[in-house]
Amino acid sequence: MINLAVDLGGLKMKNPVTTASGTFGFGPEYAPYVDLNRLGAITVKGTTLEPRKGNATPRIAETPAGILNCIGLQNPGVDEFIAKSLPYLRKYDTPVIVNIAGNSTDDYAEITRRLTAADGVSALEVNISCPNVKQGGMVFGTNCAAASEVIRVVRQNTTLPVIAKLSPNVTDITEIACGVADAGADALALINTLLGMKIDIKARKPVLGNIMGGLSGPAIRPVAVRIVWQVAQAVKLPILGMGGITTAEDALEFILAGATAIAVGTANFVNPRATMDVLDGIERYMRDNGVKDVGELVGAAWQ
Amino acid sequence: MPYSGIAEVVVNKKVGPEHFLMRVLVPELTKEAKPGQFVHVRCHGEMDPLLRRPLSLHGIDYEHGTISLLYQVVGRGTRLLAEMPTGAEVDIMGPLGRGFTIPEKAQNVFVIGGGIGVAPLFPLVQALKHYKIEQTILLGARSADWVIGTGQLASLGVKVEAATDDGSLGYKGFVTDLVGKRIKVIKPDYFFACGPNPMLKALLEVTRKSGLDGQVSLEERMGCGVGACLACVCKTVASSELLVASGNGKTVDSGEWRVGSGTEKTVREFEYKKVCSDGPVFGAGEVIFDD
Ligand SMILES: Cc1cc2nc3c(=O)[nH]c(=O)nc-3n(C[C@H](O)[C@H](O)[C@H](O)COP(=O)(O)OP(=O)(O)OC[C@H]3O[C@@H](n4cnc5c(N)ncnc54)[C@H](O)[C@@H]3O)c2cc1C
Ligand SMILES: Cc1cc2nc3c(=O)[nH]c(=O)nc-3n(C[C@H](O)[C@H](O)[C@H](O)COP(=O)(O)O)c2cc1C
Ligand code: FES
Repeated sequence: MINLAVDLGGLKMKNPVTTASGTFGFGPEYAPYVDLNRLGAITVKGTTLEPRKGNATPRIAETPAGILNCIGLQNPGVDEFIAKSLPYLRKYDTPVIVNIAGNSTDDYAEITRRLTAADGVSALEVNISCPNVKQGGMVFGTNCAAASEVIRVVRQNTTLPVIAKLSPNVTDITEIACGVADAGADALALINTLLGMKIDIKARKPVLGNIMGGLSGPAIRPVAVRIVWQVAQAVKLPILGMGGITTAEDALEFILAGATAIAVGTANFVNPRATMDVLDGIERYMRDNGVKDVGELVGAAWQ
Repeated sequence: MPYSGIAEVVVNKKVGPEHFLMRVLVPELTKEAKPGQFVHVRCHGEMDPLLRRPLSLHGIDYEHGTISLLYQVVGRGTRLLAEMPTGAEVDIMGPLGRGFTIPEKAQNVFVIGGGIGVAPLFPLVQALKHYKIEQTILLGARSADWVIGTGQLASLGVKVEAATDDGSLGYKGFVTDLVGKRIKVIKPDYFFACGPNPMLKALLEVTRKSGLDGQVSLEERMGCGVGACLACVCKTVASSELLVASGNGKTVDSGEWRVGSGTEKTVREFEYKKVCSDGPVFGAGEVIFDD
């Protein structure tokens, strides 16, 4: 028997595979392609207290082996999420990780309270790193004190596992990781997108409506693996690794670097069944290599 | 349930200056396909270029389980598609999106295509013909050899009028100007259109002036194609459209927001909708094009 189950800071997952926030909608979008019951968890689109319209278009641009996006946290707001999306998600035997974002610590506190009171939320992933919203993410995520303050506020307002999602757009990510660990995070999600941009040389203008956007996809994978490797050795918290994972081999790199669980993001757009392919591949690798528990692989590249 | 997987390229041939027609054998997808829907295609098995490419259903052959795509080579992805030989395997998802719906009241319609925007109109034209609805097809392109598919349309026995920038075929000028002239003569009761955004914007100015209602198929950059990533949004009239005329807020019916001019200021409350899953076809009264 192979054991794929993992514990991500108190969140029990039947396998280590979840979806990266913002790439899998609220679940139903991919239900025709993926058996949602087979996912270790479903991580939904970033949710805010109030509804958000998001940024101007174009919101996406293709770059070498990656994409830039500036969606800008378009979402119906937490109340609508609780009323419309949670009932759907409750039908599945899969934990739901709600990704949250806000403009102020008060926002984070309030959204945390509402989601904690709702039925069907298994964990909160706190986005302090989204590079898209001018007033929001960037400010919190790149400053250790501000990042820690957000996590502290969320921690104080919930009994759910708190996963701090960090921005790679900082000088020393281990410092921020230590800060949010002290503030009470149960796990870390690494990494959010890398800030980037693209210029249309014909129009002589930036391609994206928001000028800058977040880079994701295979292009960022080596950076993400490096960050997981560094943070896993600096901080004791379990890690949800992501950044360019498209195959089981990619996912295994993250696990060997120290990730307890992994998320598939941009790859869903390319292969709608990517999560299932990754899961099957991890299982196959374990079978082929006589690995009984996926936990044996976590951080095995440095332990 | 949309299909996602491998399909066989049965035909892939050049049909215009930069245009290719690809026929794909994919019965599971074909059986659910409707006019105006699209497919999301991977141009190869590599990671670069990464994303799928959205292409409209240009032909739906329910009997043989094939669909065809009419595409213009504009960049790396479409160039890779053009290089696919007969017998090649192509990774395809679909049918996706909401297609055209033919309203019951429509008796005499305009079907308007600009450039490669003709692609999704063929299955619609066939459906209109099936329902015995009077139709006039108006196509715009830069010159005669860029007007694709007139032969095929003629073989269906429908009326086709062309507008070319250089006058090498039909009316000399924009198809939107041609539409403006022909509306007065033919007096259609509905229209369907697909083309680049600037054309659709100009078209809506014409049709709104004439009070002609219809549907437009939009294009926007896409990520997922299934409504998950929110990349492909377009502006639509919010349910609570507000007109602030000289400071007095009053509600107006959607579709007639170009009220007044000069000192009046219109504040359009908009709502983003997803081209991939709410569209690509939208009601003409619903879409907002930025100035
Ligand atoms: C719903 C829908 C239906 C379409 N149907 C057709 C069709 O039937 N025939 C046809 O020739 N074209 C169609 N297009 C446009 C087609 O998707 C683009 O021409 C194609 O994606 C260009 O890819 P590329 O790699 O050759 O160009 P590049 O410019 O190299 O592409 C770079 C990126 O921009 C995107 N992109 C570029 N142009 C467009 C565009 N006009 N619309 C959306 N994304 C774009 C690409 O998908 C890619 O992600 C449709 C677009 C949409 C949204
Ligand atoms: C279109 C898109 C939308 C995203 N939206 C969010 C979001 O709302 N909140 C968030 O924390 N991360 C968001 N992300 C970041 C992803 O969750 C993930 O961290 C990042 O894309 C790296 O993983 P990937 O390379 O596998 O996509 C988004 C990414 C993409 C591509
Ligand atoms: S392309 Fe992802 S929502 Fe439309």
